[in-house]
Amino acid sequence: MELEVRNLSVSRGGVPVLEGLSFRLAPGRALILRGPNGIGKTTLLRTVAGLQPPLSGEVGLDREAMAYAAHADGIKATLTVAENLSFWAQVFGTGDITPAIDGFALDELRNRPAGGLSAGQKRRLGLARLLVTGRPVWVLDEPTVSLDVDAVAMFGAAVRRHLATGGMALIATHIDLGLDEAEVMDVGPFKAKPPKVEDFDEVFL
Amino acid sequence: MIALLVRDLRLAVRAGGGFGLGLAFFLIVVVLVPFGVGPETGLLARIAPGILWLGALLACLLSLDRIFALDWEDGSLDLIATSPLPMEGVVSIKALAHWLTTGLPLVIATPLFGLLMSLPQAGYGPLVLSLLIGTPALSVIGTFGAALTVGLKRGGLLLSLLVLPLYVPTLIFGAETARRGAEGLDTATPMLMLAGISFGVTALLPFASAAVLRVNLR
Repeated sequence: MELEVRNLSVSRGGVPVLEGLSFRLAPGRALILRGPNGIGKTTLLRTVAGLQPPLSGEVGLDREAMAYAAHADGIKATLTVAENLSFWAQVFGTGDITPAIDGFALDELRNRPAGGLSAGQKRRLGLARLLVTGRPVWVLDEPTVSLDVDAVAMFGAAVRRHLATGGMALIATHIDLGLDEAEVMDVGPFKAKPPKVEDFDEVFL
Repeated sequence: MIALLVRDLRLAVRAGGGFGLGLAFFLIVVVLVPFGVGPETGLLARIAPGILWLGALLACLLSLDRIFALDWEDGSLDLIATSPLPMEGVVSIKALAHWLTTGLPLVIATPLFGLLMSLPQAGYGPLVLSLLIGTPALSVIGTFGAALTVGLKRGGLLLSLLVLPLYVPTLIFGAETARRGAEGLDTATPMLMLAGISFGVTALLPFASAAVLRVNLR
C-alpha cells in the first residue's frame, strides 16, 4: 500500500488554492508539508483525508485508510480522558486504549474530565486518538501547536513507531519535529494562478 | 454506532448537556397558559390537546441547534466524518439521541401536564400515543434542519424558519388525534396519517441529512 497523489488541485470556497500537486508516500515514510500561512495546506490535507472532493486529479488511497487530525481535537469537555479515547476506539473498532494512554503519558490524567486539561494536555489527548484509529496514513495539520518540548519529542517518537510498523504520515508543520528521515515538500510553488476571467460579465453570473 | 449513541446520551445528562431544557420549557408553557387564557375549566379542556402538542413541538425546536453545533465547534464532526461510520447512520443516531433526551421525556411527562390543563379523561390515551408516534418525526425533521444550518454562526433563527413549515403536517395530525381523543371520537385516521409521516421521514430524511452534512463539511 502506498499513498500516491497525482496532479491534485484543491479549492477553498470555490477558489482554487493549490494546483498540480503530485507526490508519493511509501510505507514507513513521512512527508512534511511546508508553506506560508494561507497557502492551502489545511485545504490540501482535508482533500487528502476525503473531507472535500478535489477540483481535479486524484488521491490514490481510499479515505478509509486515513486518520485525520486538525486544529480542533474533537474533545468533549464533560467526558474524562479515558471516555474520550474509548469512544474513538469503539468508533474505529480497535477497542484497546492502553497504547494511546501510554504513548502520550496520559495515565495520571486518565479519569480527569477533559475540560479541565491544559491546552497542551488536550493536544496530547487529541494526538493519542490517532493511535486508537489503527489506520495506516496519518494526515496531521499543525500537530504540535501548544505542545512543550517534551511533548513534541513524545509526538516524534509516536510518529516514528507508527512509521516503523509500515504506517505513513503526511504532516503540515512549521517547526522541526526531529524527524530527520522525513522528506520535506514546500507547497509554495504549487500556488494556483488566479482564474482568468474571459468575459467580465461572467463574474456576476 | 452504539458508541456514538452512548456518548451523546452521556453528554446530554452531564453538566451543561441541556437534558432538562425541553422538559422545563414544556412545563413553563403548560403552567403559564391557564394564567393567559383564564382558569375556566371548559375552555382549558377544549384547547388542552392543541396547547400540549404545540408546547411539545416548541420544546423540541428549542434544542435542535445543539444536535450538530457542538460537535461542529470542537471538530468532532470532521473526525466522525472521516471515521468508518456511515454518515446516514450518524444522522439517524443523532436523531435518536435527540428523541431519547427530548421527545421521550415529553411523552412521559405529558399525562401530568394534561392534568394541569384539565384535559378530559378520555383524552390521555390518544394524546400520549399521538406524541409517542409523532415526536420521532419532529426529531428526524429537526436533525435535517440542523444538518442544513451546521457551521452557521447563530444559525438558530434560520433553523427555526426552515423547520417550522416542515413541522406543520405533524402538528396538524398530532393535535387532531389528541382533539378527537379528548372528544371521544374515532382517532384512527389522523393517527394513521401521523404514523405515516413518522415512518416516511425516518426512512427517507436521513439520506438527505447525510448529503447536506457532507456538503456543509467541505
